[in-house]
Amino acid sequence: MIDIWLVVEWVVKSALLIFVLLTGFAYTTFYERKLAALIQVRVGPNRVGPGGWLQPLADGIKLIFKEELIPANAYKTVFILAPILTAVPALVITAVVPWGTQIELFGRTIALGIADVNVAVLYILSVASVSVYGIVLAGWSSDNKYAMLGGLRSSAQMISYELSLGLAFVGPILLAGSMSMNDIVNAQRDLGWFVIYQPIGALIFYIASLAEVNRAPFDMPEAEQELTAGYHTEYSGMKFALFFMGEYIKMAAVSAIFATLFLGGYRGPFVDQYPLLGPLYLFLKIFLSLGVMIWIRATMPRLRYDRLMAFGWKVMLPAALLNVFLTAVLIIWRGW
Amino acid sequence: MTGDLLLFFGLAIVAVAAAVGMLASRNAVYSALFLIINFATIGVFFLLLGAPFIAMAQVTVYAGAIMVLFLFVIMLLGAEQVQQPGGGGWQRPLAILLAVALVVETAVLIFGGGASQAILPAASDYGNPQAIGMELFSDFLLPFEITSVLLLAAMVGVIVITKEDRKKPE
Repeated sequence: MIDIWLVVEWVVKSALLIFVLLTGFAYTTFYERKLAALIQVRVGPNRVGPGGWLQPLADGIKLIFKEELIPANAYKTVFILAPILTAVPALVITAVVPWGTQIELFGRTIALGIADVNVAVLYILSVASVSVYGIVLAGWSSDNKYAMLGGLRSSAQMISYELSLGLAFVGPILLAGSMSMNDIVNAQRDLGWFVIYQPIGALIFYIASLAEVNRAPFDMPEAEQELTAGYHTEYSGMKFALFFMGEYIKMAAVSAIFATLFLGGYRGPFVDQYPLLGPLYLFLKIFLSLGVMIWIRATMPRLRYDRLMAFGWKVMLPAALLNVFLTAVLIIWRGW
Repeated sequence: MTGDLLLFFGLAIVAVAAAVGMLASRNAVYSALFLIINFATIGVFFLLLGAPFIAMAQVTVYAGAIMVLFLFVIMLLGAEQVQQPGGGGWQRPLAILLAVALVVETAVLIFGGGASQAILPAASDYGNPQAIGMELFSDFLLPFEITSVLLLAAMVGVIVITKEDRKKPE
């Protein structure tokens, strides 16, 4: 029979993860504004609360009270559905990322992580491939040519970079001999971080994931100068907030996946003795990776659209294919 | 077991409703969306059958990649409004005939007792990525390679077609 406590454990862990992601989202925006301000020698938000620390709360309250507009000719159902379809994949994609080994609590052994499945990597890919819909449908249902163009651009970009992203996954899978995230992390305990074995793979993954979450320098769908705001031009209030949330949570999610695949996940010194260090190490790695994303946004200009597609297909994809080939040859030759 | 059964029937209703919705809706984009729901539910069916690999492949390939391209084409061509069914004179009787044949065959299989003997239980590691990989690269190597050649031919075809398109305006 189904163990009731197991169900409770899953629900609590899932609720905890969603809570962390949602508050994390709010403070990622704050982190971005502060760090970008630091890089660009500005002050950044400093009015609300001590040091500006209540700024995300103020933003949230402001967005709740904003008027929600739905364009007269919009396809209403899809228009409302689109922000949800953007935010939900961002929330569920992290379900397969482990946060630590396991802890003893109330006489139960609780694994730190929600789902340890043997197709974890494929799960990530399939959720990523479904997450395109929110943006495409938002663009289409708004009945606005800028939104439509933004949506189409974005979907073309995401499909193109998804290929390189998928191929970048292959390196860690081959090295660990498994598609389970836990196995990949454990393999890095014995072998060392996979970024050492897979420098090209890690770079490709990082670039492709930036494109996948529509971050600078790949933020073409939202290029203000040419497309006003791209696919979310017609969205306001909480619906806009959902798109915004989707983007920032996806940033955190791809950082978590990057850390798990290439930077040893929750592994770090003394993690076997003190399992609670695991989530802390993972958090630090995510924090650093987010910092690099913000750094890139604060310093890099946006790519032109044709260059972006050419780069995706003519540089990234061949490099990723070559990387897979070389990894496979090396593994057979050296017998890793 | 009852939990599984309830889940199955709930999903089955969703899948059938989505399929009917796909056929009935006037707007091609809505049709595509219903088809995506249908594909996703089929993915969950594979999960219920204990085949996670196939479930994920189903969602990634069909619900993800292929349907995105469908949507793309529908949106770019502006073909959202489906024309009233006027053409396809010979297709309709043929479709009815084939549908009846399918229903009769299914009925014979289910009620004729053939189903209980014909269906073998799946191997315990069925749907496990390693097992599928081993099968693909040992027993099914030739079909696998033929498929890859077919896909390569399709890719070459696409490149050739777009190349010719580009030359014309010059």
